[in-house]
Parts: sequence; C-alpha cells; structure tokens
Amino acid sequence: MPTAPPVIAVVDYGFGNVRSVAKALARSGLAPEVVGDPAAVRRADGVVLPGVGNFADAAASLREKGLDDAVREALSAGRPYLGLCLGLQLLFEDSDEHGQTPGWGILPGVVRRFPARDAAGAPLRVPHIGWNQVRFRGDHPMLSGLPEEDCYYFVHAYRAVPARDDLVVGVADYGGELAAAVARERVFAVQFHPEKSQMSGKRLLDAYAGWVEQCR
Amino acid sequence: MLLKRIIPCLDVNEGRVVKGVQYVDHVDAGDPVEVARLYDAQEADEITFLDITASHEGRRILLDVVARTAESVFMPLTVGGGVRSLEDVRNLLNAGADKVSVMTAAVTDPDLVADATARIGSANLVLAIDARAVSDDGGVLVPSERGAAAEPPAGAALAPLVPGESRWEVCTHGGRQPTGIDAVAWAVAMAEAGAGEILLTSMDRDGTRVGYDLPMLRAVCDAVPIPVIASGGGGSAEDMAAALDDGAEGGHAQAALAASIFHFKQTTVGEVKRRLLELGIPVRPPSDAAA
Repeated sequence: MPTAPPVIAVVDYGFGNVRSVAKALARSGLAPEVVGDPAAVRRADGVVLPGVGNFADAAASLREKGLDDAVREALSAGRPYLGLCLGLQLLFEDSDEHGQTPGWGILPGVVRRFPARDAAGAPLRVPHIGWNQVRFRGDHPMLSGLPEEDCYYFVHAYRAVPARDDLVVGVADYGGELAAAVARERVFAVQFHPEKSQMSGKRLLDAYAGWVEQCR
Repeated sequence: MLLKRIIPCLDVNEGRVVKGVQYVDHVDAGDPVEVARLYDAQEADEITFLDITASHEGRRILLDVVARTAESVFMPLTVGGGVRSLEDVRNLLNAGADKVSVMTAAVTDPDLVADATARIGSANLVLAIDARAVSDDGGVLVPSERGAAAEPPAGAALAPLVPGESRWEVCTHGGRQPTGIDAVAWAVAMAEAGAGEILLTSMDRDGTRVGYDLPMLRAVCDAVPIPVIASGGGGSAEDMAAALDDGAEGGHAQAALAASIFHFKQTTVGEVKRRLLELGIPVRPPSDAAA
C-alpha cells in the first residue's frame, strides 16, 4: 500500500505568497498545508517558511502568532526545514533592515543590505533582481538530488552574511560572493525563489521532497 | 552572474487580454492565465500584466486573475496599472503578484513610494515611468501644461533645454498627460524614495517596433542605482540586444519588455534568447524544451 505523501506546513504569517509555494510543493509530490497556527506547524513532517517583505515586521508577526516557537520545536524534533528568502534571513542573528532587529540566531551571522559598490568598486544595482547562477557545494543530503549548478530567480535588497563558511552550500555572484543557500543538519534555506524558478525550482523542491522522505 | 531578463507584457481589461493577440492552437488568447502558461513554457524570465480596467468592479476581477495565474505558473509575475494606494499594492502582493508597479499614483502622491517600501521593502515595488522626448527646436522649453501633479517634486522639474542636450518628460494617463517632470530626475528621486526597479517606457516608441529609445534608457540607467526594464519599441531580438548592451552605444538596461512581437507569433521567447546569446548578451539559456 502506498504511504501518504509527507505533510508540509507552509507557514502563513501574512508575508508573501504562500499559495504559489504550496502549489509548487504539491507539484513535487508533497502534501502542503498552508497553516497559521502553531499546533499545525508542530504536527507536520516538514516546515517551509516563505516570506517577502520587511524583516522586522515579519519577525514580529511570527512571534505574535507564536509561530517562531513552533518552528523551533519542529526543528528540535528533527523535521526538515526549508526557508525561502525571508525564511533564510530569519535564521540568522540580526538584520539591520529598518533598524536593528534580532532574528532567531539558529545560524551564526547577520543580515545586511547589499553594499552600493562591488568588491572592485563598481556601482552595484540594489535590489538584486533576476536569474542568477548558483553553484552548490558541500555534502548536505538535499544536494544529492541537485545539479552542481542551476539558475534561480532572486528579488532582494538584503542578504545573509554567515559567520561560518561551512554553512554556505550554494553560492551566487553578485557584487562578490552571495550566500544563496545555507544549511546545517535539518535546516536548509535559500535566498532565491524556487516557487518562481520554473524547472530549476522544481528540481530543488523535488530534492526537498526526497530529503523529507529520507528523514521520516 | 546576474543574467539579463526578457519579459513579455500583457494588457488586461476586465480580466481579459486586450489587443488582437494571436496564438498557436488551443490557447484561449483572451485568458491571461492561459497566455501566462504559454510564456512559462517558453521560459520567459518574468511576465507583466498591465491592467487597463477603469471600473472598480474590474479590480476584483484582476485580483482573481492574479491569484489564478500565481497558482498556475511558476514564474515571477509583475502587475501594474491603476495601483492607487498602499492597500492596492498589498492586495496584489497577497493575491500572488511578485512585484507591483505604480505610475500615476506616484506622481499625484509623492509619499506613496516611500510609504509603501517602508512596509513591504523596496525589492517588490516597481516605479513605472512613461516618458516622451522633449523636442529641441533651439528655443527655450515651454513647460507643458501641468498634468496630475500640482507641482513637480523638488529638483525634478524639467529644466530649460540646452541645444544639443536631450530631455524626456514624464507623462501619465497612457502618455496623454504631460507633467512637467524630467524623467531622469524623477527616476533618481523615486529610487531614493525606495523604489526597487524602474519600468521605463518610451511613449514615442511604444507600439512602433522600431527599437527602444536608447539615449533615454542610457540616461536613466546610468543615473539610478536600481535595475531598469526597457519598454516601448522592441521589435526584434536585435532591438533587445541593443537595449541590454552595456557598451557605449547600448541602452544599459537590465531587462527588456515587449508585447506585440511575442503576441503575434512573430517570434518566441526561446528564439529571442538563442539570438541574444549569439549576440553576446548574457541571458538564461533556454532549455531544449523551451519553445
């Protein structure tokens, strides 16, 4: 008898388009549930945290709804977490978007605006918008299902600056090296939007589906 | 490296695609969702809906179209046209738009861009500028009758023309209403206010397919620290290559938007990209499956 597909909590806290994320997860054979209550996050086989917009408002909204604790508990319980865009940034220690705001501190490092100039001193257009190549590295289980390099869609003005290089499992080039994907154990997060990245996005979500299955 | 983008644009009225758009078999050319699917299959880098609906009722229809599109295609969607307020911006983002563009409302309410980007962040707010070249007849520029703006924002008023210099004037209402605002100064002011990207349309070139207004593009692209999308006049891959070219004669734009050349089966996004790669423009290579 075929087992039911893993249930993935897509955390809805009013920041970003949870429906297209849910649709994209379903396309990869998962059973997404768009959820706004902590209990549903704790129940799921995996947690996906999407999000676009303002870091400070997003962090406040998650705390107010008790969702940040629920996500931490799911992480402690070893449920595979996939963060998208703000879902990556919130893992770090703080962001300076509209004043200093603490993040969750699950990963060491900070979130900062792109500099106005690149490493060579040439002006850098910020936000970083469009398709950029990401090279994957390291041996995280998610990566076994991915090509070494793929193109994804980015739209962001702030980016994570991890404190440790071994957290960075995907690198893009924008004004210098950009941490496009970070991971540690059951946490995997990307700065780009797989739900907007056509077939390369599907490959990444397929890899997530495979990893969730392994972790069950 | 960051790649240059090719963006098909659809005009939408009361939830239907306008203009005599022609498509291959079994595509309902009037349904924006179907057309978005078609461009998704062609691996367009983004798609833009420009809503020209006048009625209040039509706005709700648009939100439904945006929601259905976001659930049907896995590509970035920008929506503009008739966006008046922060609430309109939020509604479109929540319906599934990835970016929202504002034009006339940014002129009439100079605080809108700053207010909106303080809440939603700058990455998802696009400032649309429709502009026309101001003719240089050797005389002093006569400021056009003011449009929606009571006064052009400080520092953004059109200066008198100096012979040999070019200037472009911001227009609203589909290019019919001149504002007395200098397009380059306006782009700079709105980028400072927090706009994340500029969609720059040449009203002189719009619909002509004779090529983008390269001097205007270059002037704006070189003046602002944010990405610029070229629009108006794109008739071929060569035109797009010129708009995207970073050389001295190029347009220096980060993305090229076009409507009619894709809608009338003249070419596909995949074909355009293959040609752009031959011309040395870094675009996302189409896969073997792309039309």
